[in-house]
Amino acid sequence: MNIHEYQAKELLSNYGVSVPMGKVAFDHEEAHQIASDLNTEKYVVKAQIHAGGRGKGGGVKIANVLEEVKQLAEEILGMNLVTHQTGPEGKLVGKVLVEEASQIEKEFYLGMVIDRATEKIVVMASPEGGVEIEEVAKHSPEKIIKEIVDPTVGLLPFQCREIAYFIGLQGKTVNQAVKLIMGLYDAFVDNDCSLAEINPLILTKDNQVTALDAKMNFDDNALFRHPDIQKLHDPTEEDPTELAAKEWGISYIKLDGNIGCLVNGAGLAMSTMDIVKHHGGEPANFLDVGGGATTEQVTQAFKMILSDSNVKAIFVNIFGGIMKCDTIAEGIIAASKEVGIEVPLIVRLEGTNVELGREMLSQSGLNIITGKDMREAAGKAVEAIK
Amino acid sequence: MSILVNKNSKVIVQGITGSAGLFHATQCREYGTQVVGGVTPGKGGSEVDGFPVFDTVSKAVANTGANTSLIFVPAPFCLDSIIEAIDAGVELVICITEGVPTLDMIKVKKYMEGKDVRLIGPNCPGVMTPGEAKVGIMPGYIHTPGRIGIISRSGTLTYEAVWQLSNLGIGQSTSVGIGGDPIIGSTFIDILGLFEEDDDTDAVVMIGEIGGSAEEEAAEFIKDNMSKPVVAFIAGATAPKGKRMGHAGAIISGSSGSAKDKVAALEQAGVTVCPSPAEMGETLQARIS
Repeated sequence: MNIHEYQAKELLSNYGVSVPMGKVAFDHEEAHQIASDLNTEKYVVKAQIHAGGRGKGGGVKIANVLEEVKQLAEEILGMNLVTHQTGPEGKLVGKVLVEEASQIEKEFYLGMVIDRATEKIVVMASPEGGVEIEEVAKHSPEKIIKEIVDPTVGLLPFQCREIAYFIGLQGKTVNQAVKLIMGLYDAFVDNDCSLAEINPLILTKDNQVTALDAKMNFDDNALFRHPDIQKLHDPTEEDPTELAAKEWGISYIKLDGNIGCLVNGAGLAMSTMDIVKHHGGEPANFLDVGGGATTEQVTQAFKMILSDSNVKAIFVNIFGGIMKCDTIAEGIIAASKEVGIEVPLIVRLEGTNVELGREMLSQSGLNIITGKDMREAAGKAVEAIK
Repeated sequence: MSILVNKNSKVIVQGITGSAGLFHATQCREYGTQVVGGVTPGKGGSEVDGFPVFDTVSKAVANTGANTSLIFVPAPFCLDSIIEAIDAGVELVICITEGVPTLDMIKVKKYMEGKDVRLIGPNCPGVMTPGEAKVGIMPGYIHTPGRIGIISRSGTLTYEAVWQLSNLGIGQSTSVGIGGDPIIGSTFIDILGLFEEDDDTDAVVMIGEIGGSAEEEAAEFIKDNMSKPVVAFIAGATAPKGKRMGHAGAIISGSSGSAKDKVAALEQAGVTVCPSPAEMGETLQARIS
């Protein structure tokens, strides 16, 4: 799960991480009010969406006088912000963060991730801030320091000092950086983060180490033990169909093609997309109904696929393990009664109770194209839309 | 011989009184696996469908001589259950449960350092040695005893590979689902090493997917250490960037994790990569003939 910059900064400031003074505003009057309460000469108005590259897309603006804040907030609120991470359709801005503008002396990068190779949390930092760390890693990997955290003792101050000296801090600013990095780490482990990124981390002209931006992702599997983090979820940031699917325990991702896919298991679901493409078709979605889906879930999955008007055929690819083939058959029959499936339906069933499932489908009177294996079924699905 | 599990494996099921635990304990027993009991705290001394139930794993081990544990407890309790099994001296722990927090797995892996135990999963279908023992949730009938090893990050895709091989008359030595999470008990490399040393395995089918770099690391290992032929398939070649495809581990982020890079690394290591998921069996057949 992702949260907004303003939420991350609020959370981090509770852990002693220094952040600029500021607050979130939902309209331009509120933005003006927040700005007038700040003790600063210049202001910054930042669009709050779950995507990077906001500055380049015109979602971050500096106000040189208080009066300008209202006007900038009005411009940004309601705009359709397009960045390299939003896709060409962009994202509607519904809130802005109004902050004191910082006088930047130098920008750095600071990030924490779970490293799969070492199976530990890794802290990364670079004197190259404000740019994408992947770019730095590609062109000048020597400019990145990595500190691996031993889970027995946690992140230690000496590691933070190594980082601070590496990025070029000196004197008292080193201690400030140590406090900030330790705070970020505590926030990371306390809240089961999967990623935390301060980009840029800055040194201000008056020698303060501050988090100018903040990005935090949380491990979905651990949200059950963080009700306070769950509350930060912003449903407007998610595709409504994907969100509805999640509530049904279905994993659905919309794609641009026209062959709807209904599969059990993530690996098989990805492979089903792959084989549709291999046969010259375009998958309309990724859909994993999960290991132990019920008839209701299968029916719901059909509704989701059919809600996409691009869908010209549906390819059901099931290898029953825990999931029984008769459950799928029942779902197909129920869905066709409930919503009516007008497009060609191609079904490949295998696994637990397969004979029963096939028999139920053949006696249902539904017009179903069957495939004896994945290849034949994929071929028939692609053929069906020609 | 096979690897990990065989007809001598003595299995206990942690969470045996839950619906999934009991259903699969029964299924494993029907396949012929020695399921010697189960553990549910507070229900020790009782019996469920003929399985003796114990309060703790150590009691279960002491009373049954179990050397393998199959875990079905809910995700919030897996950290506790996995370490309880390791602490009780179980040699092989197989965790089926999906949704275990990543930071919990970091603790588990740290705890396991230097201990003589193997963990498979979490979020996996388990381990199957056809004709000998089924320790997991896979459908038994699709398997055939034979000499091909299978390793996979995905559950149903493992079944797909097994089924394709069985339909071609090619049997399997052992099929191992290692799980789709970012941090797992055993990696491709661990299991590839076991198959390389196993006298009853002639070749290996390895099924990877987008996300992370486990396949690239496996490719390095294969180049240097595997004399047996390896055939691979990587799921998710057509997946868009930045979208998590079901498994927590399956996401292409930044510059890493793409199917293209994985295929290239594997091919460079002498692995034959299947062009489509429908050709895993045929590709293996061609490679070993």
